[in-house]
Amino acid sequence: MRIALFATCIVDAMYPEVAKATVSILERLGHTVTFPERQACCGQMHINSGKFAQAYPVVKNHVEAFEDADFDYAVAPSGSCVASLGHQHPMIAEYMGDEDLASRATQVAGRTYELSQLLTDVLGVTDAAAQLGSYFPHTIAYHPSCHGMRLLRLGDRQSDLLQTVEGAVVVSPENWDACCGFGGTFSVKNPQVSTAMLTDKVEALINTGASVCSGGDASCLMHIGGGLQRRHELLPAQATPPATVHFARVLAATREHPLILNEELVSGGALR
Amino acid sequence: MDARSVILERISSSLGRTGRLNAEGYVPITAPAPEVPHAYRTASDLSTERLIEIFADRLADYNAGVARVSAAELPATVARLLDEADDIVIPADLDRAWVGEFAGRVLTDSREEPQPVDVLNAVGAVVTGSTTAIADTGTICLSGPHCGRRVITLVPDHHVCVVRAADIVEIVPQAVARLQEAGLSTAPQTWASGPSATVDIEFERVAGVHGPRRLDVVIVVDEDEPEAHAGTQAAAQADPRDSA
Amino acid sequence: MSTTFIGMPTVPGTGNLFERAPFPQVAQHELGNVQLRTNLTKATTAIRTKRAARVAELGDWEDLRDSGAAAKDVVLARLPELLTQFEAAFTAAGGTVHWARDAQEANAIVRGLVEDSAPLNEDGRREVIKVKSMATQEIGLNEYLEDHDIDAYETDLAELIVQLGHDKPSHILVPAIHRNRHEIRQIFLRGMEDADPNLGTEPRELAEASRKHLRKKFLTTKVAISGANFGIAETGTLSVVESEGNGRMCVTLPETLITVMGIEKLLPTIDDLGVFMQLLPRSSTGERMNPYSSFWTGVTPGDGPRNVHVVLLDNGRTRALADQHGRQALRCIRCSACMNVCPVYERTGGHAYGSVYPGPIGAILTPLLTGTDAEENSTLPYASSLCGACFDACPVKIDIPQMLVRLRNEGNVVKESEHGRLPKTQLDVALTGASWLMSDGRRMALMEKGLPLAKLLSPKAGIRSLPGIAGAWTSSRTIPRPPRQSFRSWWSAEHREEAREERREARDRAQFRRFEARSGAEPAPEAGPAPRSENQHETKES
Repeated sequence: MRIALFATCIVDAMYPEVAKATVSILERLGHTVTFPERQACCGQMHINSGKFAQAYPVVKNHVEAFEDADFDYAVAPSGSCVASLGHQHPMIAEYMGDEDLASRATQVAGRTYELSQLLTDVLGVTDAAAQLGSYFPHTIAYHPSCHGMRLLRLGDRQSDLLQTVEGAVVVSPENWDACCGFGGTFSVKNPQVSTAMLTDKVEALINTGASVCSGGDASCLMHIGGGLQRRHELLPAQATPPATVHFARVLAATREHPLILNEELVSGGALR
Repeated sequence: MDARSVILERISSSLGRTGRLNAEGYVPITAPAPEVPHAYRTASDLSTERLIEIFADRLADYNAGVARVSAAELPATVARLLDEADDIVIPADLDRAWVGEFAGRVLTDSREEPQPVDVLNAVGAVVTGSTTAIADTGTICLSGPHCGRRVITLVPDHHVCVVRAADIVEIVPQAVARLQEAGLSTAPQTWASGPSATVDIEFERVAGVHGPRRLDVVIVVDEDEPEAHAGTQAAAQADPRDSA
Repeated sequence: MSTTFIGMPTVPGTGNLFERAPFPQVAQHELGNVQLRTNLTKATTAIRTKRAARVAELGDWEDLRDSGAAAKDVVLARLPELLTQFEAAFTAAGGTVHWARDAQEANAIVRGLVEDSAPLNEDGRREVIKVKSMATQEIGLNEYLEDHDIDAYETDLAELIVQLGHDKPSHILVPAIHRNRHEIRQIFLRGMEDADPNLGTEPRELAEASRKHLRKKFLTTKVAISGANFGIAETGTLSVVESEGNGRMCVTLPETLITVMGIEKLLPTIDDLGVFMQLLPRSSTGERMNPYSSFWTGVTPGDGPRNVHVVLLDNGRTRALADQHGRQALRCIRCSACMNVCPVYERTGGHAYGSVYPGPIGAILTPLLTGTDAEENSTLPYASSLCGACFDACPVKIDIPQMLVRLRNEGNVVKESEHGRLPKTQLDVALTGASWLMSDGRRMALMEKGLPLAKLLSPKAGIRSLPGIAGAWTSSRTIPRPPRQSFRSWWSAEHREEAREERREARDRAQFRRFEARSGAEPAPEAGPAPRSENQHETKES
């Protein structure tokens, strides 16, 4: 199958290894990955900041980048961005009076899957160790991101995949389904409340004793990682905080090409 | 313009209705209203036995007392539950046999001859029937015959409520239907689920604030009754209260 | 009357609906209150857990939500028809219907009714007892009555705590959620003239103290004021759903009962109670059923009040109704489930929202009632991380996250029209630049060429402090060091040859098609995979 990768802007610019891992997983399953080069961003930053008119060209660009591309499915390593395509793109198009774009956006959204959705529902991956050779001998505290959990109803897809990685042990932090406090502009408009939420999340993750915090959205992981790192800076005497690693990277790790928890990985989400 | 006219016009405008105001003062609807799906449960296939079990379980959860008796045992059970009361009040249309073994004074109350509220405030307990009861939520619905005026089940501190097994339904929509069938849609209704309670202090449940602090529900199972299914069969049976 | 209808201007709501200070400012203050946060976390966690358990018991919960949301949409779509139907039925049953355009008018109506029916006591004042009601809080009825020599006694335990403590409610269901037992004991000792000085701190004792304090009031006061959870259009029935029995006291014992009800609180039929009496208790207190619910239709001779009034309140509701997306907020049945699951509310409490309607629903309902151009409430739509927990919990499926985003946009549109098109804040400038950048992959690629430089310039351990708005982020989070190379540039380096190949093939295919078109032949079917599903659901099952 031909699968078009929507890398998402944050992964493209800040976490390229997550996209490379996604490509690696899909190629291992025998599929051809394409990268529609016009793609840029889902526009969520503008939409959630209440800048609908500014979001419009971003949404339009995404739809045009993907509707012409030659692929069976599109995939993104992000629950939040995929949710935005279905839940927000038609809204923006309708708001701007572009009914045509609204229906095209709905079509593009209908062909675009979050990575765990594609792996589980379409490509039939039920055992990451057997089908992908995944190997990652660490305890993983799993953080389900809000939009994947509540808008895409991903359920246990990501954690189930992580469970089947050889050597991996998956644990749930206390209040596992609570938001980490990122929320895009929320963290800038209400920094104190956001920090209070992040602090609770960070404490819950540390209390699991896991060496890794994994999830499906680089944005949330960047936020959590930033909090973990800052805590470590303030309390250097305490044990090394968990490293934040996108679940695609965990699935892509193998015995031959293991993902080593080196200093750079551990340093609060600087996951190159 | 008066407030009524202004509000109705504002609504018409907000809904985007255009055209002439009707005699009532609004622009009538032309578009069809949204469809309301009714996929939720409105019937039950549980046996009476199971309904009684669930009902009793829910009542116990609310810290209400539950007794299960035959019709013959009812007067003795009621009397036993009232052993702390010197006097009680009952609706005038209540079956007197239910309180036949109670040794104290029995006051009757009706819309025509109501007891003063000070008397109700001093009385030891109240005994009533119920119209229907909801097993799933542990609710007794008080309205119409045998239930009395609303105030008598409110001011006394102890309420003994007699519920006939045939009157127990499983879920809320069934009770709403029963109350309508009984012609009580516009009659005053009180639904009580356990004794008065509050969670206002640190969300800790405390029983007994302003309503009765003690609620005892006596479920009467007629031994002669064949094991009936709740719902249509039970509802189709003759209302035994008619003979009371 | 039959004039040609020309439309009415929408009118904003008034009363206790306005922020006194921007949300982030009050929130920061409230976050510093350790006692408040401890009390809130304890209470919301308890309610959240109970609610989840009670909702999970019902196999048809989603069906009930669908039906509840649709029934409320019918109410809004047929509001004039249903209001007049309600009015006719309520009047036929011996009740009196009043209409109030705004808070001021509703307050004046209630005052007039109280003056007609409550006796003057020796100090020249009158007394009424009250059941907890959001509508009367919204219009500031208690304060208004006090200024007009009428003392309104709140009878709900939590409202009593708030009233005696000269405080403001912080939650619509448990208004004293911000107080713990020790604080409540102190409030009672100070505020109740008949309180036992040996009063303990057990909730049971505190509840008992309120029972003793209020019993005489219930038995002697001539006028009561209530809100209504539902008004049934079909029958003209009103209802109060409660726990303590104070509501039953108020709607049963006095001679006169005055109910203030928002015009959106109707349900079309009695049957709808079968849905809403499942949705409301489970969503609000997490109980299968609340202890007491009262239903009354006008006057019943010999049973309950002889004079029964209802005041139908607009106060901005018709304004919210005019917003075709925002009107869904009028489905709200004031259950408070959205507050109990909200991570922001859990940390700030209700006072940060200013309005009597706090939490996620308050963040949309308040600006919809007052108008999105009300500067006081412009920060409310930002009081959310858009995590979506509120939408999941809402029994009538109000898409709160989407409305928050729409209101943010409406606020920006208003601001831009006022200040010209010049962006104002750093965030505005950043977003304007980002919009240009992110609407074309080629621009992104150019920007990303700067990454090696950024990598070089940033400290190895990540970025710890930035100026301006970015400083809000770095105050508590480290920004990771950027990578050497973006994915895009890695990909194009990896696939340069492949891409050239593909472009060549595409060019050949296009030439071939043009040739065919010219020669009049049927175009060859597009090579490629089988037709693909455009529907996520279908694909999942395949």
